[in-house]
Amino acid sequence: MVSPDIYKALGLTDAEYGKIEEIMGREPSSTELAMFSVEWSEHCGYPRSRKYLRLFPQQGKYPSLVGEDSGGIIVDDIAIIFKMESHNHPSQVEPKQGAATGVGGIIRDIFTAGARPIASLDSLRFGPLSEPYNRYLLKGVVDGISFYGNCLGVPTVGGEIYFDDSYSGNCLVNAMSIGICKKEDIARARAGGVGNPIMYVGSSTGKDGIGGCSVLASHEFCEGEEKRPTVQIGDPFTEKCLIEATMETLATGHVVGIKDMGAAGLTCSSAEMAAAGGVGMEIDLDKVPLRETGMEAFEIMMSESQERMLVCVKKGKEKEIKKIFEKWDLHGVVIGYVTEGTKLKVNYQGKVVAEIETDALAKAPIYDMPFEKPAYLDEMNRLDLNSIPLPKDQNDVLLKLLASPTIASKEWVYEQYDHMVQIGTTVLPGSDASVLRLKGTKKGLAATTDCNSRYCLLNPYRGAQIAVAEAARNLVCSGADPAAVTDCLNFGNPEKPDRFWYFKNCVEGIADACKSLNLPVVSGNVSLYNESPKGPINPTPTIGMIGILEDIDRRVTQFFKEDGNIIVLLGETKEEIGGSEYLKVIHEKVAGNAPELDLEKEKALQKTVYDAIQQGLVKSAHDCSEGGLAVALAECCISNKDKTVGAEIAFGSHLPTIRTDALLFGESQSRIIVSCTEKNALKVSALAKENKVPCSIIGKTAGKHLKIDGLIDLPLEKLTGTWRGAFVF
Amino acid sequence: MFEAAIKITLKKTVADPQGLTVKHALESLGFNSIANVWMGKFIRITLNAKDKTEAEAKVSEMCKKLLSNPIIEDFSFEVSNA
Amino acid sequence: MKFGVVVFPGSNCDHDCYHVVKEVLKQPVEFIWHKETKLDNFDCLIIPGGFSYGDYLRCGAIARFSPIMEEVIKFANKGGLVIGICNGFQVLLEAGLLPGAMLRNKNLHFICKFVELKVENTDTPFSSEYKKGQIIRIPVAHNEGNYYIDEKGLAELKKNNQIVFRYVENPNGALDDIAGIVNKERNVLGMMPHPERSSEIELTSKDGFPIFESIRKWLKEHGKS
Repeated sequence: MVSPDIYKALGLTDAEYGKIEEIMGREPSSTELAMFSVEWSEHCGYPRSRKYLRLFPQQGKYPSLVGEDSGGIIVDDIAIIFKMESHNHPSQVEPKQGAATGVGGIIRDIFTAGARPIASLDSLRFGPLSEPYNRYLLKGVVDGISFYGNCLGVPTVGGEIYFDDSYSGNCLVNAMSIGICKKEDIARARAGGVGNPIMYVGSSTGKDGIGGCSVLASHEFCEGEEKRPTVQIGDPFTEKCLIEATMETLATGHVVGIKDMGAAGLTCSSAEMAAAGGVGMEIDLDKVPLRETGMEAFEIMMSESQERMLVCVKKGKEKEIKKIFEKWDLHGVVIGYVTEGTKLKVNYQGKVVAEIETDALAKAPIYDMPFEKPAYLDEMNRLDLNSIPLPKDQNDVLLKLLASPTIASKEWVYEQYDHMVQIGTTVLPGSDASVLRLKGTKKGLAATTDCNSRYCLLNPYRGAQIAVAEAARNLVCSGADPAAVTDCLNFGNPEKPDRFWYFKNCVEGIADACKSLNLPVVSGNVSLYNESPKGPINPTPTIGMIGILEDIDRRVTQFFKEDGNIIVLLGETKEEIGGSEYLKVIHEKVAGNAPELDLEKEKALQKTVYDAIQQGLVKSAHDCSEGGLAVALAECCISNKDKTVGAEIAFGSHLPTIRTDALLFGESQSRIIVSCTEKNALKVSALAKENKVPCSIIGKTAGKHLKIDGLIDLPLEKLTGTWRGAFVF
Repeated sequence: MFEAAIKITLKKTVADPQGLTVKHALESLGFNSIANVWMGKFIRITLNAKDKTEAEAKVSEMCKKLLSNPIIEDFSFEVSNA
Repeated sequence: MKFGVVVFPGSNCDHDCYHVVKEVLKQPVEFIWHKETKLDNFDCLIIPGGFSYGDYLRCGAIARFSPIMEEVIKFANKGGLVIGICNGFQVLLEAGLLPGAMLRNKNLHFICKFVELKVENTDTPFSSEYKKGQIIRIPVAHNEGNYYIDEKGLAELKKNNQIVFRYVENPNGALDDIAGIVNKERNVLGMMPHPERSSEIELTSKDGFPIFESIRKWLKEHGKS
C-alpha cells in the first residue's frame, strides 16, 4: 500500500490516488505514481482550468492551426506559430535562471513545431521597486532574458513591465515566442508507425528540476529558498545548436513527430506523443544519456533538465538523424520504439518500471471548481469622485506619472536585449507594437502583449476584454490587422472560490472579446497558485497578439514626426478615473471600476485608424492607455530618441465637460491619437464620421513644449529627462 | 591523477568594472576597509601526467594557449595529487 | 567574386550577413562550416557576430581554435579580405589577426542600440565609399565591446592610421572610442557595430551598406568580377 505521505508529497489528493489505483487495477509503482503526479498537475494537465478554456474561439480571419504544444495562423503560404508561457515560480526563487529557462522553453515549443523562431516578447510584473528583493528580481529576470535570448540569436522585440503591490512575493515572467515556416513544413508532436524509433536528442539528463511543475508550479509559495534545487540551469549555446540541428533534421523529411521535454520532461513528452498519435511506446531508460550516476527511474522520467527533445523518426533513418545531432555536438540516441496498442512501457535495469495507458496519463481529470464573487469587491468598486481632491498643479502630476515605473521608458531593459538580430525588426521596441518584416514578401508582422491587471482586479470580465481590445488597438496603431491571440492566464490558488471566480470571469471576458473581434485563441498557458503569504497576485490574463501588415511600407510608429501636423483624437473621453495609474500614483488608491468598454465602438475605432493608415493618411498613431491622454501626448512628443516634437493642444469646442483629472489622466478606452497633414486631417475626420467614431482636432505639432490648453506646459527636455531617467539601475 | 586549480584575473593595469561594482556593494554594506576587489575565473582540471612537473608544464601550456588571454589577463595555478 | 560567411556553433549573424551580400549587394556567397579545412576560391571572408561556443570561457577564445581558422589566417596573410563583425572581431583578436583585446562593457550590461560612428580612415578596402569624417548610424549589440590595447599598441594603431571607426558617444568604454580597426596591411577589418543590420532602409538606416559596397568595388578593381 502506498502511504498517503508519498502521494501527497507529489501533490496528489486522496481522490486522485484512488482514481490512479482504479485505472491501473493495481497499486502503482513509484515511477508510475510520479508520472501521474506530473501529468495530472495543473501545469501539465490543466484539471482545474480545462473546462473553461474550451470557451475560446479557435477560428478567426486567417486559417488557424491549433497544435499539441503551440498554435498559429496561415498567411498565404507561411505558417506563423506562436505561444506564450509562464515561468513565474522559478523566476521568483532564482530570477536569472528562471527567466532564462522560461525563454528557452517557449522557444523550443516553437521550433519543435517546425518554425524558426523570429521574435520573443516578455510580459513581466514585479512588486514595487522600493523593496530590494523586487529590484533584485527585476535585474535578475532582465539579465536572464538577455543572457539566454541574445545568445540564441532570436530578437527580443517587445513586451511590457508592470509594477503592483500584489506581485511582491510572486513575480510574473510570461515569455512569448513567434516563429515562421512554410505551411507544409509544420511538425507535429505525435508518434506514429509501429516500429518507428523514438530518439532522445539534445543535452544529457541530470537531477535538476525534478518535480518543478507538480511541486513548484502547482502550489502556493511558502518558503522560496527551500525550493531552489528544482530550478533548472539554462544553456543557451546548446539550445542554439539544438535549433539548428532540429531545422536540419526536419528538412530531411524523416521526422514523424517531435516534442520538447519541458515540464515533466520525458514523462510528458513520451506519454503525450504516444497519446496524440494513438499508439503505444516502449522506452528503455538505460539508453538515456545521463549527467549524474545513480539516478532512479522516476528521476529520469521526471527530470526537467533543459535543452532536450524527443523525436519519432522513420524506421531506417535513425543513423542519418544521429549524424546531424552529432555534427552539432549533441546527443542523438534511440531510446525506444512505437508499439502496438496504446500503452507506454518504461524499462530500466532489466525491469519494467512503468506500464500505463497513455490516455489515462495525458488526459487529466477535469474538476468543476467552486467559485464565488469576493465580498470585498463591492467595497473596492465604490469610488466617490467628490472624495478625490483635484490636484492644483497638473504639470507636477504629469511628471509624476511619467516617472512611475509602469509608465516610464523601458529602454534600460530593451537595450539589454538584442532586438535587431535576424534583421527583421522594422519598428524597434518603444512604440505601441513591434513590427517585423516577413522577408521575401511585402508583408509584415506586428506583435504585442497586454494586460492591465488592476482593471481585472476591479472587474475581471471587463478587464480581460480590455486586455484583448488594447492589444488589438496597439497592433492597429502600427498599421497591422489584428490576427490571432495567445494567452497566459496567471491567477491565484484555484481551490479558493474567490480566486476561481476571477479566473472564470477573465476567461469569459477574453472569449467574448475575441469572438467579437474575430480573433482565434490558438495557444496559451495557465499558471495558477500565484500567491505568497502576502496574498494572491492581481488576476493577470496576459494577452499576446499578432497582426498582419499587408504592406510593410505602411507601418506606423507612435511618435510625432514633424512640426506643423494636425493632432486628432479619435474616441470619447469620459469621466473615468477608476483603476487608473493616476489614482494609484497620486492618490494611492486602487478603487472604482475599470473603464467602460463597448466592443462595437472599439471595432469602429480600429477600423477607422486601420483604414486611415492603409490610405496613407496617418503620420503617427498612439493608443491612450495608462496615464491617459496627457501621458499619451507626452509619449507622442518624446518617444523618438532621435527627434522630439512639441505639441500645442487646445480643445476649443471639443472640451468635454468632465473633471480636469479625468480629462488629462483618465483611462477611457477606445481612444487613439493620430497626427497627419492638414489636408489629411479632414479625410481622417470624414472616415471617422462614416464609422460613427467621435473625432476631434485638438491641436498641432509645434515648438519645444507640450502645452495642453492652459493646464499643462512643460519643455520637452524636462519630459524626456523624467520619462527616460526614471527607470535606470 | 593530478588536480590543477587555476585562477585567471584581469591584469592589474586593466580596469575591472565587475571588481569595482562589487567593491562599491561591499562598501555600502559597511565593509569600509577594502582597498581593491578583483574578479576573475576559477577553473579546476583533473588530468593524467607522469609526475607533478609534467602536469604543471601541461597546465601552463593550457593557460597560455586557451584559458587566458595574455593581453588582458594573468593566470596562476597550483597542481596537487587528486 | 565570391564571399564566404564562416559559421561556428553559436554564430547568429551568419544568415544576416549572407542575406545582405546575396540580396542587397547581389554577389555570390556561401556558408563555410567551421570544421572545414580548405577554403575554396573565396575573395572575401566574413566572420559574423553571435556567441561562438556560447562565449563560454572568453568571447572568441574557443572559436579561434576551430579548424577553419588556420585557413582564415593563411588567407589573410596572403592578402585576402577578412571582415570580423562583433563576435567575429573578437575571434580575429583572439587569433592575433588584429591587435588588442575586448573587455566587458563599462556598464556591465549587454548594449543593443543605434550609435553614431565617425569614419576616420577611408583609405581601406572596407571604407572607401565613405567620406573622411562622415558620421554614420549603425547599431551595436554586445556584452564585450570595450576595446583594450596597451599604450605602445595604441601608438602603433594611430601611427599606422589603423583606426577606421570611432564612436561619437562611447557606449562601452572602448579605449580612445575605438569601434573598428584594420591590420597594418589593411586587408583585415574588425568592428563591433553591425553594418549588416543597417544596410536596408526598412531597418531605418543604410549607413552600413557602404562597407559592403567598398569591398565589392575593391575586389572589382583587383580583377575579381
